[in-house]
Amino acid sequence: MIRSITQQKSEEEIDQLLSGLGRIFVIGCGTCVTLTHTGGRTEVNVMKEHLANKGKLITGDLVLPVACDNMTAEALNEHGQQIDQADALLIMTCAFGVQTIAKQLKKLVVPALDTLFIGKETALGQFDEVCAQCGTCILGETGGICPVTSCHKGLVNGPCGGTNDGKCEIDNAKDCAWTLIYNRLNELGRLDGMRKLQKPRNHQGEPSPGKFIL
Amino acid sequence: MSSSFKDALKSGKFVITSEVAPPKGTNLEKMAHHVELLKDKVDAMNVTDHQSSVMRFPSLGGALLVKEMGGEPILQMTCRDRNRMALEADLLFASSRGINNVLCLTGDSIVLGDHKEAKSVFDVDSSQLLATIRLMEKGKDMGGNNLDGAVSFCAGAIVTPEANPIEPQLIKFEKKIEAGAEFIQTQAVYDLDNFKRFMEYARGFPAKILAGVILLTSAPMARFMNKNVAGVSVPQSLIDEMASAPKGGALAKGIEIAGRMIKQIWEEKMCDGVHIMAIGKEELVPEIIEMSGIFPALKTQD
Repeated sequence: MIRSITQQKSEEEIDQLLSGLGRIFVIGCGTCVTLTHTGGRTEVNVMKEHLANKGKLITGDLVLPVACDNMTAEALNEHGQQIDQADALLIMTCAFGVQTIAKQLKKLVVPALDTLFIGKETALGQFDEVCAQCGTCILGETGGICPVTSCHKGLVNGPCGGTNDGKCEIDNAKDCAWTLIYNRLNELGRLDGMRKLQKPRNHQGEPSPGKFIL
Repeated sequence: MSSSFKDALKSGKFVITSEVAPPKGTNLEKMAHHVELLKDKVDAMNVTDHQSSVMRFPSLGGALLVKEMGGEPILQMTCRDRNRMALEADLLFASSRGINNVLCLTGDSIVLGDHKEAKSVFDVDSSQLLATIRLMEKGKDMGGNNLDGAVSFCAGAIVTPEANPIEPQLIKFEKKIEAGAEFIQTQAVYDLDNFKRFMEYARGFPAKILAGVILLTSAPMARFMNKNVAGVSVPQSLIDEMASAPKGGALAKGIEIAGRMIKQIWEEKMCDGVHIMAIGKEELVPEIIEMSGIFPALKTQD
């Protein structure tokens, strides 16, 4: 399942964003941010305590099942008054959730998290970005591994000179996508695909912002 | 196009290139000093392009300075900071000002440099940039439009013969040549037996190969490169040799080693020339060439 991968903003940044706002309603989410331990019930509780220690009044909190879905009438009814009393909503969800909530509640929203990427859990507790939604898929030529996403530089014609022992020049914890692609194509007996000189990519497959109308 | 570098490559003589680095700022004195020292000693000098992703005076401006001073510049162009429109425009400008050699590079990552929050581009890659040069030589731009006045370049690229794993690098190397690279400057090579094996393979391709020689300045510097520079492997014997230098004599030892390696590469005709990198110590390049003992012989080849 694809997941929105987030990390909590620094305490300093959150404090600065909430400066001058005394009454806070905190919202978490039961889906991706619960999985990544950045905005589930536990983290919402810790945040409430932190804010209370800083002298904020917590008008209430809510962990939505799926924050990127529209809020149900029940949730709104149950918490409407507490939300109304707040100066701002501190939202511990990904940016999809923040924007969905902002649109519905017409209150000042303050994100507590940064949304890093859309990825998947590839091992226990490890999340990787695998698709950058570029609009011009080339997976058919790369053995099903995306260099646009998985290569730091998005190179489509093979590795740069910074690759070292199968790792990326920016971080030893990151695999070199082109080592992975080479190994995969080699296994498949399809290295000819890698030998083909790829043309420059169309970077305007879907000119930003994306919109799709059925 | 007149490119004395291209002529040198074609002539079959042993070619020597080196590097000059544009300054961090507008003070061109040091770079000009290096150009002055090198211009009659090397066949061409690379002008680095925000090397290691550190913002500097542009390679295009530096190449122009080399040209104005009577030297032969090789314009380094990375794909990190410019999209295809900006790269094409700079190629037009370079061509119009008699800068006739280009080295096409991917470019180091932004996050390794001194503007860590900058946006990186990589709209095209090094092999696509080479193909773009060949396209523009036919009078077309990447948008499919006609150019009013085409370009002409001696274009090259790099390879890392000591990369691990090597196979993906070699595929990229072949693609660069297919895309139009006429010459290849290698990442530093220190184990010349390994390099000979690489050359047995590389000789099968229609590109001139210049072996990369980086001046060792100390044993810790050699260890640092082994640990931190991808595709550079200084054998323990050379590190020991550097460490054996008397106090204050490490640099002289490094010059001796570089000169000795160049001599061996030349004498054994391992490849078509050398590319000497004396990172930050370009003023020592004439001494390295001197130490190799090949200079009088090369001069008579001219």
